[in-house]
Amino acid sequence: MIRLSGIGRTFDVGTSKVHALVDIDEQVQSGEHIAIMGPSGSGKSTLLNILGCLDRPSVGIYELEGRAVVDLSMGDLTEIRRHRIGFVFQFFHLVPRLTAAENVELPMVFAGVPRTERRQRVAEAIAAVELSNRADHRPEQLSGGERQRIALARATIMKPSILLADEPTGNLDSQSGNVVLDLLDRMNDGGLTLLVVTHDLRVARRADRIVVLVDGKITKRVHGDQISEVLAILAES
Amino acid sequence: MRGRDILRFAAGSLRGHALRTGLSLLGVMIGVSAVVILTALGEGAKRYVTDQFAGLGTNLLIVLPGKTETSGSLGIGGVPNDLTLDDALAIERQIRSVRRVAPLTVGTEELSTGDRRRQMPVFGTTRSYLEIRNLEMARGEFLPDEEMFRGGMELVLGSKAAHELFGVSDPIGAIIRVGGWRFRVIGVLAEGGLSVGVNFDDIAIVPVRTGMRMLNRSSLFRVVAQVYAYSDLGIAKQAVLDLITERHDEEDITVLTQDAVVSTFSQILDTLTLVVGAIGAISLSVAGIGIMNVMLVSVSERTREIGLLKAIGASEPQILAVFLTEATFISTAGGVLGLIVGWSTVALLVRLYPALPASAPLWAVVAAFGLSVAVGTIFGFLPARRATQLDPVTALSRR
Repeated sequence: MIRLSGIGRTFDVGTSKVHALVDIDEQVQSGEHIAIMGPSGSGKSTLLNILGCLDRPSVGIYELEGRAVVDLSMGDLTEIRRHRIGFVFQFFHLVPRLTAAENVELPMVFAGVPRTERRQRVAEAIAAVELSNRADHRPEQLSGGERQRIALARATIMKPSILLADEPTGNLDSQSGNVVLDLLDRMNDGGLTLLVVTHDLRVARRADRIVVLVDGKITKRVHGDQISEVLAILAES
Repeated sequence: MRGRDILRFAAGSLRGHALRTGLSLLGVMIGVSAVVILTALGEGAKRYVTDQFAGLGTNLLIVLPGKTETSGSLGIGGVPNDLTLDDALAIERQIRSVRRVAPLTVGTEELSTGDRRRQMPVFGTTRSYLEIRNLEMARGEFLPDEEMFRGGMELVLGSKAAHELFGVSDPIGAIIRVGGWRFRVIGVLAEGGLSVGVNFDDIAIVPVRTGMRMLNRSSLFRVVAQVYAYSDLGIAKQAVLDLITERHDEEDITVLTQDAVVSTFSQILDTLTLVVGAIGAISLSVAGIGIMNVMLVSVSERTREIGLLKAIGASEPQILAVFLTEATFISTAGGVLGLIVGWSTVALLVRLYPALPASAPLWAVVAAFGLSVAVGTIFGFLPARRATQLDPVTALSRR
């Protein structure tokens, strides 16, 4: 489903160059659950941005469902983000002036989905994250866990095949975090490919595979139950 | 994304910053209402002046001493020959299409009776002036219907002048001094107010011959000739010109028709209306800069939101449309409110000052509203473009 080959990303910082990602090779199968771990500044978020078509690699090949993403136009990348990929962020990124239901509806508004269909799908998506009674509340009236569940509903409303989550529990207490993780697991069980950037061991432990990044390079690939090996690497770096 | 969704989304974000939106809208509203009010006042002034002239009748010729190159500048130029009473008499007697003629001399003198004194304009003319200017008498008679060389010592007062000089007592038959000359008051004009710049309430009228002597004038100020029919004006104008040219051996007078005078005033006031309208339009441009400022702040504050919109699949044209719609919404709503405020103010002014027939011309209303919408679109474009060009990764990472 996803194939990365020799991916590198270099940023110009003043007169010097910073290599955020170096020679990344990886393949992700449909329905896989991958955790991306690594110390701060290791390139996790940069990798996620490239996977999500928000950024382009400086070098390398990124194939998504058989298409070479690097060569696609801005319009094509927008279409991919709209229909194939969902995003969940650490800080939720809900639009404060919109209600929970309106936030969930937003991707469909820009995709041109008819209003009647939107209403029905919003109701279903909010019910799926068990927040039907909070649909008309604004983000400021919701707890952190509720906000992330609404963000999750928004990320999956267009029925994407891939969900990218950047520290989805990073701003939540453990109880709220577990609720969100259970929801993510349920969606993954339904066939959604899940790539999660995290520092949280509870999150990583649920993954099929853990990819460890250090200084922009993949230094380790382990199964989710081999978390102790990851801990050793993180402790060293 | 459908048009209705863009409108809803834009309206929602504007509602989220009600004060800021309101202030920008106020700027546009003031600009549009300024254009409406100022042009309405200009148009009202034009109608007032033209109505005043029309009230005199349209079949008038005005003969001025001195040659002008254009009919727009009254009486400018050299005066090689006097315009005399003989000339006026010749016009009346020799041009068949002329019905009546009123020679006119004008000055200012001190009028006194007993211990009361007043400085006021003094007109020297004949009885024809009463008919030509449609004047009405309150008491007594106007100047006697005699030939213009007689030079009698009768005097007609305006209503205010009579009241100030004689109080409640009847002035008819009273003797009054004008400069060093003694006159007998034979009539008082009815209250007439202003007419083409002359306040007939505050005036003294004497026979033209006497007036010229008293004011030490060798030339008439002008001769007003009334023709029988409006269709005779062109022929009569040429006939007057030919006659006086023959009498003076050169063309040294200017003959204006009432239409030409009205047209000249109309042109001047049209220009004035255009100028004040343009001043209003400048304030609209300033309002446009206000919109741009507000939209730039909005883009800056909503950087994360823009990043999010890109992440969830909003295209650049859609983001451009959202922000342009917001700017255009402000300017359009401000334009509509400006029209309402402008029209209401004009209606109020007309109610307070019924003599001024103020009414905004259609071109000004259309231009003001069109400009307000254009201002929002033009000044909203730069911020909207800035929004579309934001890098989503940078935008999302902004705290």
